[in-house]
Amino acid sequence: MQLTNRSKQVDRRPMNWAEKMYMPAILKGMKITLGHFFKKKVTINFPEETRPFSPVFRGLHILNRDEEGRENCTACGLCAVACPAEAITMDAAERLPGEENLYREEKYAAKYEINMLRCIFCGLCEEACPKDAIYLTETFAPANYSRKSFIYGKDNLVIPDPKKDPEGYKKAKGLIDERKAKANQQTA
Amino acid sequence: MNITEILFWFLTALALGGSLMMVFSKNPVYSVLWLIVVFFAISGHYILLNAQFLAIVNIIVYAGAIMVLFLFVIMLMNLNADNEPQKNKWLKIAGVIAGGCLMLVLVSAILRTEGLKEQTLSLSGSTGLIKQLGKTLFTDYVLPFEISSVLFLSAMVGAVVIGKKED
Amino acid sequence: MNTILLAIDLPLVLEKVILIALVVTVSMVVAMYATWGERKVAAFIQDRLGPNRAGPLGLFQPLADGLKLFMKEEIIPNASNKVLFILGPSLAMLTALLTSAVIPWGDKIEMFGRTISLQIADVNIGILYVFGVVSLGVYGIMIGAWASNNKFSLMGGVRAASQIISYELAMGLSLIALLMTTGTLSLSEMVHQQQTGWWNVIKQPVGFFIFLICAFAECNRTPFDLAEAENELIGGYHSEFSSMKLGFYLFSEYINMFISSAIMATLYFGGYDIIPFYDESAWGLSTNLMALLGFLALFVKILVLIFVFMWVRWTIPRFRYDQLMNLGWKSLIPISLVWMLITAVFILATR
Repeated sequence: MQLTNRSKQVDRRPMNWAEKMYMPAILKGMKITLGHFFKKKVTINFPEETRPFSPVFRGLHILNRDEEGRENCTACGLCAVACPAEAITMDAAERLPGEENLYREEKYAAKYEINMLRCIFCGLCEEACPKDAIYLTETFAPANYSRKSFIYGKDNLVIPDPKKDPEGYKKAKGLIDERKAKANQQTA
Repeated sequence: MNITEILFWFLTALALGGSLMMVFSKNPVYSVLWLIVVFFAISGHYILLNAQFLAIVNIIVYAGAIMVLFLFVIMLMNLNADNEPQKNKWLKIAGVIAGGCLMLVLVSAILRTEGLKEQTLSLSGSTGLIKQLGKTLFTDYVLPFEISSVLFLSAMVGAVVIGKKED
Repeated sequence: MNTILLAIDLPLVLEKVILIALVVTVSMVVAMYATWGERKVAAFIQDRLGPNRAGPLGLFQPLADGLKLFMKEEIIPNASNKVLFILGPSLAMLTALLTSAVIPWGDKIEMFGRTISLQIADVNIGILYVFGVVSLGVYGIMIGAWASNNKFSLMGGVRAASQIISYELAMGLSLIALLMTTGTLSLSEMVHQQQTGWWNVIKQPVGFFIFLICAFAECNRTPFDLAEAENELIGGYHSEFSSMKLGFYLFSEYINMFISSAIMATLYFGGYDIIPFYDESAWGLSTNLMALLGFLALFVKILVLIFVFMWVRWTIPRFRYDQLMNLGWKSLIPISLVWMLITAVFILATR
């Protein structure tokens, strides 16, 4: 059955005198390799340049803060419910008086953990979140020696506080905006 | 003692020592390697006699080709000191007597040859250089030269016949 | 090389010692950077970039490789023959370096009121000396292979030996045709002939071609690297070697490549002659400057030939062993014999 029109019948005729010399074929091969010598190289010098991710790439999670540095997450648990790999666990706590500058609403996540070994990076948590709190970025989990280190707590997930580290906050926000723009592009 | 003499004695010691080691080595591979050392020492002697062509041909033909084949065969047969069969005592004695006789003949021949020393010294001109050698070989000695090439041809034909597969 | 020369002449000895040291150093450095070049050429032919991390353009890569080889654990197999196991790589290295003695690396230079020839030994049998040393090159491989006490190593050594002996014949026959046109065995004399006249490659195209193929085979380079065919023989003759002993084997291959390129440049491409059909002495430059330019010309030729070695390696797959033997005995030897005959007839006809 012919699938493409590029297939070629194998030539099994006995070689003629000129072909038995091999030289024409060898010279042809040498010409091809010399041609490749001057071709543009396909290598990407990894640490300096990175391969561009596809627009739907999903990497490590981050937990969002608003402009005043308050955490968005209210520990509603929708992400944990949505998660098909059951990688997310959380403990909810009530916001005490005097903590208004830390948490945006009355309830917050005292503990929020994602097991990156279980996570399948499907992005359903991101879609489930009603509070604009969880986003997937374009970094992936670095290698490590212990399983424990792959359980990311709030210290790894929450983005920097704009009051303490405005630079880091800006950068994280940029990532989130990019992510949102790409999501919009997808739906449009 | 000038440098030529020093070299002469060094090469002589090397040649004699190498040949003794070749005979007394238990391992045939060592024997072959010592024989190569002997060939090098002899080539050195040729150079001292200003016979450069002979020296280099000695290395190319003997050390470079024949000994490689020897080594080849010995390595493939994997002859070792351990699995060498014990030789008959009488055979050993016969060998010693035969070798001693040959040595006696050689020594007496060398001792009786008149003017060998002068002949050797006279070689130190340009006789051994390739130009003179070639001219002599293709004018004065052309017949023996051609006959020896016929000998080689017959040897080659013989090798082909032996190497040919039986039909 | 004759008896009179052997009387001690201290400045001459000093001059030669310095020259030998220089030539050996240059061979080593070129071989070192040939490994870098090999990897770069391989990469470029395969649309990659090659080593580019150690230093600019990866230029310190050979140093890193050398350091790595020195740092590696030295393993001598228990059942091996220890003396020969060490002798093998040393011999390979020695024979690789020996040939450089008769290659004229340039014309004469004048220094400290002496005229110094840039050739270590101008023997009148230069090309035969090269041939002799080449025929010895196989010992390093064979001894190392046998001493490893490994069947695959031995197989590689045996392959190398029979291959080198077979291709030496065709090489010698192609050289005879060359010697008939030049009428001399001395390498410096051949270069002198080519300086004003034609390069030998124009007179001896077929001879050069056969010599080139045989040089590939003698250096154990692809397509003739049967002795280290990984898919059949693990690592071939150097399977059991580690650390710098392995390094010596690998290194001697590159030195062989450098030296055989130098020999081909000298024999067929005019050695240190800069432009064919042209007498460079008409420029009226000083002796030292001419010698420098000549050396550079020779060096460029050598580098181009080394590139050809690599280019062929990364183009042509390995032969099968019977194909190798057929090529050597049934094609190259008859062709070179016929070419020898043609040359002889031509010389007689034009005399």
